[in-house]
Amino acid sequence: MTKTFSRRNFLASSAGLVIGVTLPLKGRAQSGAEAAMGGNATPGETGSFAPNAFVRIAPDDTVTVLVKHIEFGQGPYTGLSTLVAEELDADWSQMRAESAPFDNELYKNLAFGLQGTGGSTAIANSYTQMRRAGAAARAMLVEAAAAEWGVPAGEINVEKGMMSHPSGKSSGFGAFAEKAAQMSPPEEPTLKDPSAFTLIGTDVPKLDSRAKSTGQAVFSMDVYREGMETVVLARPDKIGATVASYDDSAAKDVPGVTAIRQIPQGIAVYARSTAAAIKGREALEIEWDDSTAETRSSDEIYDAFSRAAEDGGLDAEVIGDGAGPIAGAAQVLEAEFRFPYLAHAAMEPLDGVIEVTEDGVEAWVGSQFPSLDVPTIAQTLGVDPATVKMNVMLAGGSFGRRAQDTAHFAAELAEIAKAAGGTGAWKLIYTREDDMTAGYYRPLTVHKLRAGLDESGGLVGWENVIVNQSIMAGGPMASMMQDGIDPTSLEGSTKMPYDFANARVGWVQAESPVSVLWWRSVGHTHTAYATEVFLDMVLEAAGKDPVAGRLELLKDDAGRDRAVLEKVAEMAGWDGEPVKGGKAYGVALHESFRSYVAQIAEVSDVDGMPKVHRVWCAIDCGVAVNPNVVRAQIEGGIGFGLGSVLFDEVTLGEGGTVQQKNFDTYRMLRINEMPEVLVEIIDSSADPTGVGEPGTPPIGPAVANAWRALTGQTVTQLPFTRATEA
Amino acid sequence: MISFDLNGKKVSVDVAEDTPLLWVLRDELKMTGTKFGCGIAQCGACTVMLNGMTRRSCVTPVSAVEGSSVETIEGLEGDEAKAVQDAWTGIDVPQCGWCQSGQVMSATALLREMPKPTDEDIDNAMAGNICRCATYVRIRKAIHDAADKLEG
Amino acid sequence: MWKHLTLPFLVAALAAPMASAETVEGLRTPDAFDTIADDTERSVALFEEMLLVIEHPRCLNCHPVGDAPLQGNLAAHQPPVVRGANGFGRPGMRCSTCHGAENVAYAGPKGSIPGHEPWHLAPLSMGWVGKSAAEICAQLKDEERNGGRSLAELHTHNAEDGLVGWGWNPGAGREPAPGTQEVFGALTKAWIDTGAACPEA
Repeated sequence: MTKTFSRRNFLASSAGLVIGVTLPLKGRAQSGAEAAMGGNATPGETGSFAPNAFVRIAPDDTVTVLVKHIEFGQGPYTGLSTLVAEELDADWSQMRAESAPFDNELYKNLAFGLQGTGGSTAIANSYTQMRRAGAAARAMLVEAAAAEWGVPAGEINVEKGMMSHPSGKSSGFGAFAEKAAQMSPPEEPTLKDPSAFTLIGTDVPKLDSRAKSTGQAVFSMDVYREGMETVVLARPDKIGATVASYDDSAAKDVPGVTAIRQIPQGIAVYARSTAAAIKGREALEIEWDDSTAETRSSDEIYDAFSRAAEDGGLDAEVIGDGAGPIAGAAQVLEAEFRFPYLAHAAMEPLDGVIEVTEDGVEAWVGSQFPSLDVPTIAQTLGVDPATVKMNVMLAGGSFGRRAQDTAHFAAELAEIAKAAGGTGAWKLIYTREDDMTAGYYRPLTVHKLRAGLDESGGLVGWENVIVNQSIMAGGPMASMMQDGIDPTSLEGSTKMPYDFANARVGWVQAESPVSVLWWRSVGHTHTAYATEVFLDMVLEAAGKDPVAGRLELLKDDAGRDRAVLEKVAEMAGWDGEPVKGGKAYGVALHESFRSYVAQIAEVSDVDGMPKVHRVWCAIDCGVAVNPNVVRAQIEGGIGFGLGSVLFDEVTLGEGGTVQQKNFDTYRMLRINEMPEVLVEIIDSSADPTGVGEPGTPPIGPAVANAWRALTGQTVTQLPFTRATEA
Repeated sequence: MISFDLNGKKVSVDVAEDTPLLWVLRDELKMTGTKFGCGIAQCGACTVMLNGMTRRSCVTPVSAVEGSSVETIEGLEGDEAKAVQDAWTGIDVPQCGWCQSGQVMSATALLREMPKPTDEDIDNAMAGNICRCATYVRIRKAIHDAADKLEG
Repeated sequence: MWKHLTLPFLVAALAAPMASAETVEGLRTPDAFDTIADDTERSVALFEEMLLVIEHPRCLNCHPVGDAPLQGNLAAHQPPVVRGANGFGRPGMRCSTCHGAENVAYAGPKGSIPGHEPWHLAPLSMGWVGKSAAEICAQLKDEERNGGRSLAELHTHNAEDGLVGWGWNPGAGREPAPGTQEVFGALTKAWIDTGAACPEA
């Protein structure tokens, strides 16, 4: 390897930090990539066995899984390796994980047809595929051993990484790696019956925990190439504005700044160090042209959306007589809910490295959609995509921010190389301010809800009109819109588990220059809140208990919803008394990403804001491949949702200027605000479904419903700080 | 030239005096375990030990550490550090991992001074370290686990 | 420099040359009170002028009545740090975890993180937030609560202490306390010389 990573490796080894897992430490991802691309042994490691694109077995018995999904904390390195190890009958201690390289055919997400991660699909789409990969490898190893030992393959037992025969012969995998490589892969490898699982369903330790606890895990920002320059991009403070003119004379004088270049996305400052690049940018004088920018304030946008809701929008769902019966109801309830733009605020802001050599282009990015990023880089630079090598790096969070259907970050990265011209290496870094003000927010959304009740409190009609921008419209995923409707704008508001005799869901597509993007659980972030809080209001008006009332309303075939709701009520000891000893209890139920989640939040009033003490959560996500990871995702999903509901909004001020730039004004949940979280996973043999996102939607309405019970105040505009400080 | 002691070895760097220690560690010394998160001392991802005490390196001009001792995650040593890192691994605290170097630094500093912290002590030590993945439930538990382990 | 100055400061700075020579950066000097004949009344008036400093966010933020400092315009301090022993924070997160020996401009974003050596909270007994003028005045004079300072030592503290002086040199993005430390010291001395009278409760 002729990588300039040697310094890091030297430092790591000189410090005596030997780590027990293989992560894409500098230089390692590439070796894995080459092995996979070649479909055979890693160069320099003779005797290795690469039975397929996903598994590599080395003479030292280590089994490396090439993981096709980006690891940013949601656990695919561990999860996909577990699936392989299960069918391979490997010992967990011999398992390693590496990022797969870019190859759309080999590594596509079976849910999308593209190499990419999102929609809480990593385990779901890989479940059978990775098990088959493990089973195939096992069959080939067994066949090799059978030939060597002169025994029938059927008599060989494999357990915890050891193959053995009743005759007394036994061996690990490594010794047969070379021979197994000569066997032909089975057409239809036999998969275990779930009752025989020994790893799936257990809390195997995560493969990346040690490296991430010792500072050894390598992210794209940690990549340093020979002669690399660092680049920051000056952007407008109004989203959608463009450069009218600029004066870089002072910026060029900043020591360390090497060049200032205009690219389509802004003014790029190139420097020998990050500090110099940032300082150089401060010295730029730029006039922005606001003619294409959003110049309305958030309040003006809310009012416009609210007015737009009046015409009812497109029919997204009509049940029975729709909203009609509400007009004649004995009692009509109405509420308008307002949800702000939200930033993802992953701890690692966007960054990446691109290197152009005589031989081609190489990039190091926390790329969530390599299938979109690689062609974008190639197109921008005018090169053959086959010459672009993408190293999918560990990423310091995403929550949707890296799932860029427009590949805008890859485009910026490539533009920076293009503007510089020739060969070289460049690292593009977003500062926190860039990350927070650049747009790509959870869409600002208005829900207008109406419900009609009859004399006895029965629900005769339900209407929900939603106004927001579409994430898909105008992008490469626009074809996934159905009848002009972007399902991600309103998912969770339709196909509700409740037996509404008459209901209508309408959608109005709003427009704004503000870019919007998926944000952990996407449409469910607002639909769960609006529907579950409004349902609580309806049940209260009908004189019904929040849990019993929901159970009564559930459709007959909503068995999985029913099961999680009953389970969570049992966990929390729900007894129909929502307020006890200064603490209130609120419930919410919401299905997303095919997983069913119910939560109960325990809340008290501390200085006019909710203090959440405990959250009980029941989830049905099918087979829990790693229950420990499922619990971790639920804990994290609850914390993520809670912080946003309590504190967060990106607001556009007068004239459209983004008002939040960093964590001092866009406040993250901190440890002292994190509730205790108690999770129960419903036992299931159904295929696994999402866990990264489904924990997030119910926490907001559960807290809001507790707060209603405690204070009588229904918070209809998020975040809570806005309502409680008003 | 500005010289200081980094993880037990003397280092010298030739950079502008106001360069944040964070960027000196990363860009000049390639010690990348210390992370950039906010640049304004709000998130704690850049935490190092300066003369044995936690310090946010993003708001520390390198000139301020001339002649001082700086300890980063790469050089973190001692019983408390080991106990913390073992506990972190033991219950799989990290998710994305970006903030965890800083979390480990703060937790180690806490245990070095306070072998048996209460939940409140943990809040007081750790509230300056943001984790966007919200691994807080496990951070709390891991600190208790590490304290138990140290107690023996 | 312009961008670092907050509006109230600019108004004060621009207004200063045009106003009475006895007003410095929005704080009147002791001779402005010479027209008050009665010593006690003058003393009270001097103290009320001192309050413009004492009750300014630059001072109040670190004289809380609870365990947590405030920041900005009396907002909750983020991150939520607590005073700990001697007001220097708690194990794992001291004041010095973020605050160094001097103000440090952020690398990039507007603003700065304040600093001074030492940087710490005033003792709980010196908490002023939400207190009346009479209460603060009584507190200041009470050696049980003011750190055992005689009036002369109190004057020295106000006139010369470095951390007190930080209030007039708070770094980019922060409005300084009105006046100067010199004027504040002179007011303190004049207040003491006139009997250190307190406003009525």
